[in-house]
Amino acid sequence: MARTPLANTPLASPLLDPLAPHGILIAQAETGTAPAGEHVVTVDAQGNPVEATQLTNEMDQAIGVAETHGESGTFPPFDSSTYGAQLFWLAVTFGLLYILMSRIALPRIGEILEVRRDRIEGDLAEAERLKQMTDQAIATYEEELAEARAKAHAIADETRSKIKADMDEKRRKVEADLSRQVAEAEERITATKSEALANVDKIAAETAVALVSKLSGKVTLRDAKTAVRSVLKE
Amino acid sequence: MAGTDPIHQFRITELFSFGSVGSEGDGTGGFHLVFTNSALFMVLTVVLIAGYLILSTRGRGLVPSRLQLVSEMAYEFVANMVRNSAGTEGMRFFPFVFTLFTFVLMANMFGMFPYFFAVTSHLIITAALALLVMAIVITYGIYRNGLGFLKLFVPSGIPGPVLLLVVPIEILSFLSRPVSLSLRLFGNILAGHIVLKVFAGFVVSLTGLGLIGTLGAILPLGMTIALTGLEFLVAALQAFVFTILTCVYINDAIHPGH
Repeated sequence: MARTPLANTPLASPLLDPLAPHGILIAQAETGTAPAGEHVVTVDAQGNPVEATQLTNEMDQAIGVAETHGESGTFPPFDSSTYGAQLFWLAVTFGLLYILMSRIALPRIGEILEVRRDRIEGDLAEAERLKQMTDQAIATYEEELAEARAKAHAIADETRSKIKADMDEKRRKVEADLSRQVAEAEERITATKSEALANVDKIAAETAVALVSKLSGKVTLRDAKTAVRSVLKE
Repeated sequence: MAGTDPIHQFRITELFSFGSVGSEGDGTGGFHLVFTNSALFMVLTVVLIAGYLILSTRGRGLVPSRLQLVSEMAYEFVANMVRNSAGTEGMRFFPFVFTLFTFVLMANMFGMFPYFFAVTSHLIITAALALLVMAIVITYGIYRNGLGFLKLFVPSGIPGPVLLLVVPIEILSFLSRPVSLSLRLFGNILAGHIVLKVFAGFVVSLTGLGLIGTLGAILPLGMTIALTGLEFLVAALQAFVFTILTCVYINDAIHPGH
């Protein structure tokens, strides 16, 4: 486990620090070809000869810094010294997340969705039931309406026939009354007529008596009557 | 230079140590348990996912709130993914697939924040997840189908002689699954972050060169912005790809005959 190198690197480093000694020294350490300790005269950037000892000192420093960076030469994802910790924490966090998901979060969301689905289905069924009830109510209403209409018809018919019977009855009574009165009147007329006719005889006889007596003398009423009667008989 | 070094962002740093277990006095050997930046972001990933899902669904609203709706959408998204590729029987792996998807997605997304650590940019993590998937596939495949699981390597409807050719190919492709699964995620995240850092580094380096440099920095700045958008897409897409392939592999465990 590379503890020292890990500790040495800050989590967030300055975005750009081109003169950072670490950077330069690492670069030198990586590009430097002169083996440490060997006495070589080199030229620096300005072309001035530089004492090899000075260079080696710098390189020693450089190597030292590079070493404190640990296996900074290795690409971090391939730095096997970090694998143990990464796997450990992956196992812990992933396992924890799995437990939290499978025990708490997912059953809860699943339940919410199921409750909603049930509720919607229930509501739909309820709506269907209510609709059926409405249909039934409408059917009942129409049936009763038809019944009532039929009843009304019956009542109207009955009333009409009752009234008609009543009227017929009354008319018959009135007619009977009238015909009776007519009969009575006719009877009376007949009586009056016969009476009148009877009177006609008497009047005719009296007239005849008066005529005869004016023309030929005296005649009795009895004779006149007999004569009238015989004339009438002819 | 730490500032523009594109590799620096992947470095694992120790935040604090829990001490050593079974190590020698000088700290060598045994297991030295440290809490690193990688571990921090794994923990943050878990806290964010679990915290959000659990808190947002606390109300159990019949009519979901906006926050709850996101949780429900995530649930249904993964549930549909599992159901469509692995069938109803695959739903027994739904919690695992959901955990995998949200973990990878959030780890990728955390990586998109400047100075944050991308957990999935380390091969050991993606390889561990891929091997976990393969272990589950193989274990369940054998548990459910017995030796019938081996039919996975023998596609039906292929004449005998051709099988001699096909079976080794099938075995090879099966063995390469964890490799491709882990390398795809690792490579995408790693490469994306390096490219992003390189272009962003150009901006910083060029602006250090004065006026002309600053004008010249406009181009890499535009690239950085465009790449940031692309990387968000990649972060989501790779989480999706990782998960959908997991579903496909689980389907193979359930129905080994092609």
